[in-house]
Amino acid sequence: MSDAFVSLTDLTLSYGKTVAVPRLNLDIKKGELIALLGPSGCGKTTTMRAIAGLLTPSSGRITIDGRDVTRVPANKRGIGLVFQSYALFPHLSAFENVAFGLRLQNLGRDEIQAKTQAGMSTVGLEGFEDRKPAEMSGGQQQRLALARSLVMEPKVLLLDEPLSNLDARLRLEMRNELQRVQKETGITMVFVTHDQAEALALADRIVLMKGGKIEQLGTPAQLYAEPSTVFAADFMGFENIFATKGDTLVSDKGSLPLQFQSTAEQLAWRPSGVAVGHGPYTGRVVASSFAGGHREYVIDSALGPVKADASIDISEVVIGQELAFDLPQSTARALTK
Amino acid sequence: MKAFPIWLILGATLTFLIGPFLIVIFAGLSAGEALAFPPQGLSLKWYAKVFTVESFRASFALSMFLAVFGTLAALILGIPAAYALNRYKLPGAETIRTVVAAPIIVPGIIVGLSLLRYFVVPLNVSILVALFVTHTALVLPYAVRVVSSSLNNLRADMEEAAVILGCTRLQAFIKVVLPNIRGGILAAFILGFVASFNEVPASLFLSGPGVRTLPIDMLSYMEITFDPSVAALSALLAFMSVGIVFLAERLLGFSRYV
Ligand SMILES: Nc1ncnc2c1ncn2[C@@H]1O[C@H](COP(=O)(O)OP(=O)(O)O)[C@@H](O)[C@H]1O
Ligand SMILES: [Mg+2]
Repeated sequence: MSDAFVSLTDLTLSYGKTVAVPRLNLDIKKGELIALLGPSGCGKTTTMRAIAGLLTPSSGRITIDGRDVTRVPANKRGIGLVFQSYALFPHLSAFENVAFGLRLQNLGRDEIQAKTQAGMSTVGLEGFEDRKPAEMSGGQQQRLALARSLVMEPKVLLLDEPLSNLDARLRLEMRNELQRVQKETGITMVFVTHDQAEALALADRIVLMKGGKIEQLGTPAQLYAEPSTVFAADFMGFENIFATKGDTLVSDKGSLPLQFQSTAEQLAWRPSGVAVGHGPYTGRVVASSFAGGHREYVIDSALGPVKADASIDISEVVIGQELAFDLPQSTARALTK
Repeated sequence: MKAFPIWLILGATLTFLIGPFLIVIFAGLSAGEALAFPPQGLSLKWYAKVFTVESFRASFALSMFLAVFGTLAALILGIPAAYALNRYKLPGAETIRTVVAAPIIVPGIIVGLSLLRYFVVPLNVSILVALFVTHTALVLPYAVRVVSSSLNNLRADMEEAAVILGCTRLQAFIKVVLPNIRGGILAAFILGFVASFNEVPASLFLSGPGVRTLPIDMLSYMEITFDPSVAALSALLAFMSVGIVFLAERLLGFSRYV
C-alpha cells in the first residue's frame, strides 16, 4: 500500500524462544485511529512495544513515515506511548510530568511553558499544574499521561488499554475525549483494547488478533456485520454458532433441521437475530433477564442452549415454559472456520 | 488483671533493651574516679574529659571518615548492583545476592583475621586502605538490600516512559529512578553509617600505630584507664545514633525502608 504511514512487514516478535507474534503484516494510514482488539495474551502489548522500540523484533521491518526504524532506539523514534498503568513520574508535579520530554529538547523556557500549558488545556487539566500524580483521580491521571505524550507531537501515538483502569462511566467519558483529541490533532493513533464495544465505538479500522496473528481486519461496520471466522463472530457478539452438516445444524448437544439451503461450514446468529415467539423450533426457557429495551432468554433446545433477545412487547415467558423460536436465513452469518 | 503478665513481659523487655543504655549514661555522670554503677555523686567532668583525650579525637575522626566515605563507596557500588539484580534476569542472580550478603553472615572476626593474614600482610597494604576496603565491604549488604527493596516498589514502565520521551537509559535512571529511591538510599546510608561506626571485630585486627577506629580505641583505653570517661563517650555516641535515626524518621519516614 502506497499510502501507508506505519508499515509492519513480516514482523516476528519473540520472548527468548517463545514466538509471541509470528510474521505480522499491517499498514496504517496517516491520521487513522486503529484498534488492536483481542483477548488477553494475543500479542497486542507485544506488537505495540515493538512499534515503540521497547522490544527488538527477531525479524521483519517497521517503517514509519517512509523511514525504516526497525533498528532505531525508542528514544529516537518520535513515537508516543500511553501505558496501561500510565507510568506517570510520582516525584514530579503534573506540570513537570508534561514538560518532561520537552525539557530534553533544546527549547527555550517560554516555549516549554507554552507547550506544556497548551497540552494541559487540551486534556482539560488547567489548574492542576502543581498536583502530584498521586493527588489526582484515575481519570485525571489518564489525561495527564495523554498530555505528556501529546506535547511531544509524536508521529504516532500508541495507547495500551488506555481506558481499562477506569470505571464504566469515566470510560465512556474518556472514550469521547480520546476521539475529540484525535480529531483535533489529526494524530495517527493505535490503541489496544480487549473490549469490542470500545473498539467499535472509537476505531476507524479494527485489527482483530488471535494468538499473535491477525484474525480479521476491517472497519467497525465490517467486523460487526461480517465477521468471517468463528473467533471473530464470537468476539463480535454472535453468541449462537453452530456447525452445519448437509441440511442440519449440529452442536455437541444435538441437532436441528436447517430451514434453508447453505453451503457454509458454520452459521451464526446474534441473540437479536433469533426470532422469538414463533417459528419451527421450540425449547424450554432456562434463563430470563430484563435488559431495559429487551428481554434476554436462554432457550434449551435440541441444539443445546440458544440465546435470544425478545422485544418487551411480547409478554414474558417464565422459566420452565416452552418457547417457539426461529434461526432465520436473513440474520444468519456464514462463517468459514 | 489478665493483662498483668503481658505488662510484666513488656517491662522486662524494655528493661533489658534500655537498661544498659541508662546505666551507661549515669555511670558517665559519676563524680568518682572509677567506672561504677550506681555513680558516686554526680558531675559532668567525665563528659568534658572525653573531648580532651587526644587519641579519642583522632580515632573519632577516623571512624567518622570510614563511616561516611566507606558507606558512600558501598552505595556507589551497591546501587548499580541492586538495580542490575532487580531489573535484569541475570544468570545466578540468587547466588550473587547470597554472596553480597556474606559479610552479614560471616563473623567479623574471621573477616578481620583473613584480611590481615591474606590481604594486608602479604600485599603490604596500608592499614588505612585495609580499613576502608573492609568497612565498604561490610556496609555493602545493607546498601544492596535496602536499595533493592525500594527498587522493588518502583515499576519498570516508568523508565520506559522516560526513554520514549527521549531519555537515554542512563538519563532515565538519573531523572526517574534515583529521585524515587532517594528515601531508600538515605535509609541505606544511615544503616551503613551506624554499622560501620559500631564495627568492632574486623577493625580489631586492622589497627596500627595511631590508626584505630573509635570503638577499638575505647577498648584499649579501658585496658589502661578504668575511669568513667568511656561510659560518657559511649553515651554520647548512643545519643548521636539516636539523633541521626530520629532526624531521618522526622524528615523521611525512615522506618518505612528498614
Ligand atoms: N516479558 C515476557 N516474557 C515472556 N513472555 C511474554 C512476556 N510478555 C508477554 N509474553 C507472552 O507473549 C504473549 C503476548 O503477550 P501480550 O502482548 O502481553 O498480550 P496482550 O497484550 O494481548 O494481552 C503472551 O502469550 C504472553 O504470555
Ligand atoms: Mg496487554
